[in-house]
Amino acid sequence: MHGNMHSRHHKLSMKYPRVAIQAADFNLADEVAALRANDPRVGAVCSFVGTVRDRNDGASVATLELEHYPGMTEKAIEAMIDAAQQRFDIFGARVIHRVGLLQPLEQIVLVAVTSAHRGTSFQACEFLMDYLKTQAPFWKRELTPQGSRWVDARVSDDAALARWGIAAGNSA
Amino acid sequence: MDLKILYFASVREAMGRSSESLQSDAATLGQLRDALIARGAPYDVALARGKSVRMALDQVMRDEASPLEHGSEVAFFPPVTGG
Repeated sequence: MHGNMHSRHHKLSMKYPRVAIQAADFNLADEVAALRANDPRVGAVCSFVGTVRDRNDGASVATLELEHYPGMTEKAIEAMIDAAQQRFDIFGARVIHRVGLLQPLEQIVLVAVTSAHRGTSFQACEFLMDYLKTQAPFWKRELTPQGSRWVDARVSDDAALARWGIAAGNSA
Repeated sequence: MDLKILYFASVREAMGRSSESLQSDAATLGQLRDALIARGAPYDVALARGKSVRMALDQVMRDEASPLEHGSEVAFFPPVTGG
C-alpha cells in the first residue's frame, strides 16, 4: 500500500518504543546509537539530558521523588512526539523519563531527535522539552533536611512553551 | 453515571487516597469538581476553588467545560513539574 521509503522508515521508527517511563537509569550513547541506527538519512542528532540538582530555590535537596500517571504520561508524550513530527522534519525521537527516588547528579530525563540538518533537531528537541515540562503528568517532590515539599510549577516554563505558539496554562 | 476518579501528587495526599469509583450526575468536569467540593472534607480542601487543580478526562488534559460520559476516567492533580 505504501512506497518502499515509507515502510522502511516505519520499520526503523518502530524498532523500539519512542517513550519509556522507568525507574532505571539510561545510557545516552546507547540510546542515540539505537535512534540513528541504519538510517543514512540522518545528518543530525540532538539530545538533551536533564539531571538532578542538589539545590532548588535556595534549599538543599537530598532526594527527588518523581510521581507520574501511568498510561496518561506515556500517551501525552507520544502525542507530543507526533506534534513535533508534524511541525519539524525529524526522522525519529526518543524520550525517557525516570520516576521514583533520584539523588543529585543522577540523570532524570532524555529527549533525543534525529533529522537531516542540525537546525531541525535543535528546534525539535527544545520544543519537546518545553512541551514535556508543562504538559506531561509528572510531579516532583523534594526531600530536604527540613522535610519534604512538592515542587511548584514555574511561570517561565509556560513562557517557554508559548514561544512555539502553544498556551500551556499549567502554572497559573 | 459511574465514574472512576484518580488523584495524584499533593491532591492525592490531601484526599488520603489515590482513586475511587463514584456516581455523579455532573455533566462536565467543572460541575463534578463543584459537586465533590460540596461533599465536604476532604474534597473541599483537596479540590478547593482558588487552588490550582488540573484535570484529565480519559487520560487527556481537559478544561472544566469538558462533558463527562458514563465510565469516564477523571483525574485531579496539581500543575505538572516533570522534566
